Amino acid sequence: MKKRSVENVYFWQGNEACAEAALAADCRFFAGYPITPASEIAEHLARRLPQTGGVALQMEDELAAIGAVVGASWAGAKAMTATSGPGFDLMQETIGWAFMTETPCVIVDVQRLGPSTGQATKCGQGDVMQARWGTHGDYVAIALSPNSVRETFDLTIRAFNLAEKYRTPVVLLTDEEIAHMRERVTVPFLESMEIINRRKPKPNEKMFFGSDEVPPMPSVGEGFDVAVTGSTHDEYGIRFTSDPDVHKRLVERLNGKILDHAEEIVETETYNISKCEVGIVCFGCTSRSVYDAVELAEAKGHKVGYVRLKTMWPFPEKTVKQLSKTASKIIIPEMNLKQVFYEVQRVAGDSTKVVPLNKIGGGVPITPEEMLAKIEEEIR
Amino acid sequence: MTEESFSIKKYLRDVPLPFCPGCGAVTVMSEFLRAVHETGYRNLDKFVFCSGIGCSAWIPSPHFKADSVHTLHGRSIPVATGIKLMRPDVNVVVFGGDGDIVGIGLSHFIHAARRNLDIFVIMVNNMIYGMTGGQVAPTTPFKSKTTTTPYGSFEYPLDAARLAATAGAAYVARWTTAQTTELRSSLKKALELKGFRFIEAVSQCPTAFGRRAGFKNAGEMVRWLRDNAVPLEEAEKLAEDELAGKIVTGEFVQKQRPTLDKVVYSMIEEARKKVEEI
Ligand SMILES: Cc1ncc(C[n+]2csc(CCOP(=O)(O)OP(=O)(O)O)c2C)c(N)n1
Ligand code: SF4
Ligand SMILES: [Mg+2]
Repeated sequence: MKKRSVENVYFWQGNEACAEAALAADCRFFAGYPITPASEIAEHLARRLPQTGGVALQMEDELAAIGAVVGASWAGAKAMTATSGPGFDLMQETIGWAFMTETPCVIVDVQRLGPSTGQATKCGQGDVMQARWGTHGDYVAIALSPNSVRETFDLTIRAFNLAEKYRTPVVLLTDEEIAHMRERVTVPFLESMEIINRRKPKPNEKMFFGSDEVPPMPSVGEGFDVAVTGSTHDEYGIRFTSDPDVHKRLVERLNGKILDHAEEIVETETYNISKCEVGIVCFGCTSRSVYDAVELAEAKGHKVGYVRLKTMWPFPEKTVKQLSKTASKIIIPEMNLKQVFYEVQRVAGDSTKVVPLNKIGGGVPITPEEMLAKIEEEIR
Repeated sequence: MTEESFSIKKYLRDVPLPFCPGCGAVTVMSEFLRAVHETGYRNLDKFVFCSGIGCSAWIPSPHFKADSVHTLHGRSIPVATGIKLMRPDVNVVVFGGDGDIVGIGLSHFIHAARRNLDIFVIMVNNMIYGMTGGQVAPTTPFKSKTTTTPYGSFEYPLDAARLAATAGAAYVARWTTAQTTELRSSLKKALELKGFRFIEAVSQCPTAFGRRAGFKNAGEMVRWLRDNAVPLEEAEKLAEDELAGKIVTGEFVQKQRPTLDKVVYSMIEEARKKVEEI
């Protein structure tokens, strides 16, 4: 069957946009486990994936869901799972395994309000650090954060592209607001979108885990005799459980292949960052209030600028640093008790005052008025 | 089929095996490869191996000259699920220990049997967590001394074979490493069947289980396995207390149901037709 060219105007929920984008990116496999506020992604793909010849499964838990996703990826398929905080917790060990085995896959974390079961149906932004540091050991995460339905579509495709390009798991860090709100979305022609596929090895290639910064990836069942392991391994996939050099070589490459390309991976939206007195660093649903607040502040004659993080990890240090050179104060609004705050503080240096604006509970967003009040407080 | 004699080296990479002398995992490894050879294969090209974490999980990884995916502790079956559904044409074989398959990974084991996932699971039941130094496992015999049950295990062991049969497996057998003939013929049979196939090889771990349980060496353990094995037909005539400490061996089930991949792909065909009709 021909893939549907999505060129129309839709009235989608963020979660639907995510699911449709996965199809557009040529995702062939989805495995999940029900959880609010992510379930619509599984439901949508359960209907749509089979129509395009793909497989959607509901597994017995999130450990199984992400395990199946990594397995499917090694079988040559683009694969995705979607979950929220508690399920994201359970997936962490396997995310580390995917990192270590250089397995492209996409993990959608629709953030809800924790810790623990917290307020399960309400919005939160408390998984920022979990997306960065959730699994153990030295690793580097890629995480993207959309702030609209359309951007959920775009960044889902980008998540697949980055996963395939760098052979690594990528997290789409969305939130309950963005996932459940509906917006009018005009989706471009499939043909005009850039879709990246993993580099495959040539027939006699044998080094699937090194030598090249991002080595070529065979699939199982292709005759390459690929040995995949989460234990420390050499370029050929052979396990070395105690050799210090093999470990250092592998883990430094795995970190480097992402960090050395941070500039290409990082995307931000900036406004007025070279002329503002007060800067704002924001992301996800919270950034929507920032747009309004900036307008209100400008109407009152204040010079305000912002950096919106579309890429959460690697952290957009350069742009935030740039903002800190002009803005004497930077406000960080987030629906958590300070996570991005510390990153900005680390990057900004001592000459800039870094101001938190936090709100948690009930999924109640930070309003434009609260944002404005904070801006005025800092300008005074 | 050419009458080529079996040479284990043909199937193994040139990487030293990590097992202790006398370890039952080596018996299971070589019986499996013999079964593969006797079934008519001359290489492992048609296979994809999947394993978790533990000594037994090291059987295929990276030793078999084949695709081998060495996963996390307990997660080989979910990974095998993703592989099988995206590549229904390959033979997916899972190796694992008792802790891996029916301890930490138990839920996946039951659900894969329920789904009739077309994979072949070979579990080396050495009744212990071998790799981590001999802690009690869900399969450890009642009252056995282990490092975490210094006064003897106070829990009843799990019967993995019967559990698999109840959950919906297509083929289930249990043998001890003392019964290599039966083990090999079961392995051969399972290689030619479809659906969720499970063979439990009750095995000796002289290092982490044997010593503490009072065995002098691996040979003594294998004799103990042989002497305690009771054929299923005989076991059915015995009372529960007469069976205490015995290992019931034999074939527990053999049945055919459509496999998960077949069911899923025929559903996909239907779904695609419906879209075309629109
Ligand atoms: C999540 C997790 N918990 C614990 C461990 C430690 N661990 C490694 S192997 C093992 C037990 C292996 O026992 P079994 O599966 O029976 O294999 P055997 O070594 O006996 O063959 C454990 C607990 C781990 N690797 N991962
Ligand atoms: S510890 Fe036990 S199971 Fe592990 S290799 Fe040694 S004998 Fe075998
Ligand atoms: Mg064991």
